[in-house]
Amino acid sequence: MEITPAHYALLSAALFIIGVVGVLVRRNIIIIFMSIELILNAVNINLVANARHLENLVGQVFVVFVIAVAAAEAAVGLGILLAFFRNKETVNIDEMNVMRW
Amino acid sequence: MPAGFSAADFLYILPELVLIGGAMLLLSLSVLVPRRDGLLLWTALATVAVTLVLVVRFFGLDVTAARGLLAIDSFAAFFKVIVLLSAALTLLMSAPYLRVEGIRVGEYYFLILCATVGMMFMASGVELITLFIGLETMAVSFYVLVGFLKPNPRSNEAAVKYFLLGGFSLGILLYGMSLIYGVTGTTSLAGIAAALRGQDTSLVLVLAVILVGAGMGFKIAAVPFHMWAPDVYEGAPTPVTAFLSVGSKAASFAMLLRIFVVGLPALAQEWSLLFYVLAVISMTVGNIAALTQSNLKRMLAYSSIAHVGYLLIGVVVRTERGVAAMLLYLGVYLFMQLGAFAIVTAQRRSDIIGDELKDLSGLSKRNPLAAFAMGFFMLSLGGIPPTAGFMGKMWLFGAAIDAGFIWLAVIAVANSALSIYYYIRVVVFMWINQEEPVGSPIVIGPAMKVALGVALLGTVVLGIYPQFLFEQAEVAARTLQGITAATVVGGQ
Repeated sequence: MEITPAHYALLSAALFIIGVVGVLVRRNIIIIFMSIELILNAVNINLVANARHLENLVGQVFVVFVIAVAAAEAAVGLGILLAFFRNKETVNIDEMNVMRW
Repeated sequence: MPAGFSAADFLYILPELVLIGGAMLLLSLSVLVPRRDGLLLWTALATVAVTLVLVVRFFGLDVTAARGLLAIDSFAAFFKVIVLLSAALTLLMSAPYLRVEGIRVGEYYFLILCATVGMMFMASGVELITLFIGLETMAVSFYVLVGFLKPNPRSNEAAVKYFLLGGFSLGILLYGMSLIYGVTGTTSLAGIAAALRGQDTSLVLVLAVILVGAGMGFKIAAVPFHMWAPDVYEGAPTPVTAFLSVGSKAASFAMLLRIFVVGLPALAQEWSLLFYVLAVISMTVGNIAALTQSNLKRMLAYSSIAHVGYLLIGVVVRTERGVAAMLLYLGVYLFMQLGAFAIVTAQRRSDIIGDELKDLSGLSKRNPLAAFAMGFFMLSLGGIPPTAGFMGKMWLFGAAIDAGFIWLAVIAVANSALSIYYYIRVVVFMWINQEEPVGSPIVIGPAMKVALGVALLGTVVLGIYPQFLFEQAEVAARTLQGITAATVVGGQ
């Protein structure tokens, strides 16, 4: 079977939906964070497949930037989470109740 | 020099370079000469001032720099001035607050300047990657700033919520962008507009518009993407909240206007409808939720959500007059919102947090000047006649009627009337409620006096003579429309 751009688009859409559902239903902050990374990777697959299909490098450049930004976000996000954990001793989102959610 | 870049490009991004240089200098100074808070504040302010002077010179220009990545035009200059003014006022009001909270100022000022750099690129980017990098420079700085009070559980919680929802919204926005790239094969906004001209609207494009609209909706905190705003506003250090509610909102509106008006005019009907719905529910939900708040920062958060609803009218209308009125309202909003937050910041003393509504009771006796200023900002936010808020709303709603959106204007006027209730409640607390004063007396330092003075002056002057700002806003709006008309080469 030949792999067409549509297959990549479907894979990317599936990853995106898994990520969105993960963010919405999971209660563990780390898993929510992983779901966000999943969404970003869905974006990357879409961009790379399109870049290949269109024979155009802009999409690949975009991916490099997305990866770099995801790394920066991870560094900052885990730092924030560490500060949160020191005070609350939990990474469960249901226990974030100092303010009304 | 990198291929394709000329010396002129570096001249055009000189303001941003100065700001980055100033930020680096601040970071070095905070290590080399520790505990010189005054020096650091002056360095930060001087950097912002120099940048402001450099930016103002670009007003009236209309060029594309750095191989079509950045537009140096009046529209960008207008937003950069708003962003820099809000950064300057935030810096001015921060110092006493930071001392009470025991925050190390070097990193704090550094991050404020970094966020400002990101906002400036959001204002002038005309290409999706540039806009996204600008957005993230701002957002990552804000994640740290919101959680700056490390021992404070409220601040931690706010930072986690802001980070998670910010990352989620970024993913949605980027997915929309990747779909647009897939259809058009370019990331340049002018190239996207050219590629879509005369094409039929496909389902993928409508999906992309919804995803990008939702992602931007998170950033400007429009209902139903507003859940993070009240918690983040309440938990973040108050000056950061002020900067978040003005600077980040203005920059996000610039990015939103660029993407939709310049990049996607072919789908104007679809996104106009989307923002129509967002505008109506934002103002209604924001105002109704603000009615019952007892925490001042939460109330201002819901009030700012309602203001997003008003501002979106300019996007829905999308005429030159509508966009100009929206820019004018952003200029007005800058002064009144930052002024209100300056008073909330001054309320923080060593023995009291001071962000509850009841903490304001009897303020007219204890500090008449602060009470007068706060009352004036509240009246302006509510849109009562002699203030700038009234003028801004008049232009904005007038533009909606002018373009035939009568019902939108009617809903907006009804909402403004509703909002007056909770703004007046603040005034009632200050003047009529004479409970025993809580906490030590409010001291308003010289820097805070300057910030309050500028905010008050802006609110008064723009209320009497808004024409000056409106003329600038019209020039800025016209450059935005001009880009749509001109066909520009594709973005490779």
